[in-house]
Amino acid sequence: MNIPENLRYATSHEWILVEGDTGTVGITDHAQAELTDIVFAEPPAIGKSVKAGDVAAVVESVKAASDIYAPVSGEVVERNEAIEADPSLLNTDPFGAGWIFKIRIAEAAELAALKDAAAYREQIGA
Amino acid sequence: MRTPLFDQHLATGGRMVEFAGWEMPVQYTGILQEHKAVREACGLFDISHMGEFFVSGTGATAWLDGLLTNNLTALPIGHAQYTILLNERGGVIDDLIAYRLGEENYLLIVNAAKIPEDAAWLRKHVVSGVIFEDRSAEFAALAIQGPQASSVFEKLFQRPMPAERNRVVELQPSRSFIATTGYTGEAGFEWVMPSTEAAAAWQAAIAAGAMPCGLGARDTLRLEMCYPLNGSDLSPDRTPLEAGLGFFVDLKKPAFMARDVLLDQKASILPHKLCALRMIDKTPPVRPHYKVYVNGEPVTETTSGVLSPSLGYGIAMAYLPPAYCDIGQMVDIEVRDRRFRAQVVKKPFYKKP
Repeated sequence: MNIPENLRYATSHEWILVEGDTGTVGITDHAQAELTDIVFAEPPAIGKSVKAGDVAAVVESVKAASDIYAPVSGEVVERNEAIEADPSLLNTDPFGAGWIFKIRIAEAAELAALKDAAAYREQIGA
Repeated sequence: MRTPLFDQHLATGGRMVEFAGWEMPVQYTGILQEHKAVREACGLFDISHMGEFFVSGTGATAWLDGLLTNNLTALPIGHAQYTILLNERGGVIDDLIAYRLGEENYLLIVNAAKIPEDAAWLRKHVVSGVIFEDRSAEFAALAIQGPQASSVFEKLFQRPMPAERNRVVELQPSRSFIATTGYTGEAGFEWVMPSTEAAAAWQAAIAAGAMPCGLGARDTLRLEMCYPLNGSDLSPDRTPLEAGLGFFVDLKKPAFMARDVLLDQKASILPHKLCALRMIDKTPPVRPHYKVYVNGEPVTETTSGVLSPSLGYGIAMAYLPPAYCDIGQMVDIEVRDRRFRAQVVKKPFYKKP
């Protein structure tokens, strides 16, 4: 199970890559494996404001829909249209081409509440 | 409950879910890949949870023809028939496959969820001379489906697969049966055997080139063909005519359960018909129990729905009033608080290219 060291993780299986005041958000390898074949993805609209823990996006497998939560508060500044066209990117490259949205981080302090790779690894028992 | 193949499923990477009281694999490698395997090569399904009823004795044919909608008297020995068990109101108790093994000798393959109810109903109506046995616990069954199923068949049995659909071959009398039937729209067969032989048969089928497939692909495959799923698309409150299964109802038979109800219904206008609906635009997957609107008014809900892996768009079935059943009728289906356009289309959704 791939769990990159340079990311922060939410208990609800999102990751965030922090670069300056912007974070790129996606779902973990573990999450995509649990969800199975993802056939639909709806990243949030640019400009949408979210609080940490709000539903920000939805991904759906053949069998079920899953909400994707914002790991931190902020404003959506970019959305990955590639996953709308090809939702399987979430399965094949969850930490890369399968990213979901970018957020301008409003409260940098919230990052401290997220897990590092070791803590997330422990959470999923990997 | 567990089928005799439970350990095989775990060993093959099956993701187990609860289905009708059974622990069954929803998938192994992935629903999309398994779906594709059946459409393009060959898939293998454990259907051991389904029930096996044996009916024999003097008058067995007449008795079954009095309870089932299709015509067994007209069915040649060595053939199988899709047929429907009705309650007094003409509603569907179960849909099943009847194998005619002899003049007065049948094997019925019924839905897992309905074994107790079907057996109780049949026992309640049994007549002198007819022997009814529910032997579901003793038997396992595999479905082997896809364009390469005939090659798998030849490797397993060293003989060609019957080319004709709905043929039944008794491999070992009263013990082991194959029928060229299925629930996927592909060529293939179903293989009924004693539970003790299931694990070896499963391994042999994989070795012969069949890919293990779970209930997830089984559902997407059958819905592309508009094959109904009892409990979702069929119910005790809907007749087979409403479900679009009139082809399997022989109203010319002199008498069978609820024939009068069906004759009356046929003479008037059906209150609802099970229609095939396709989503027009790219939408989130449509699922069962989503609301269906016509001209802004809620009229019904979907009974089944999925994003079709073969076609790439959402497909669903729903009971609609007859005024809205014409091909081309536009409706809206509500998916997570948003409505999306859909259209009534001809069945089935999927046709072999």
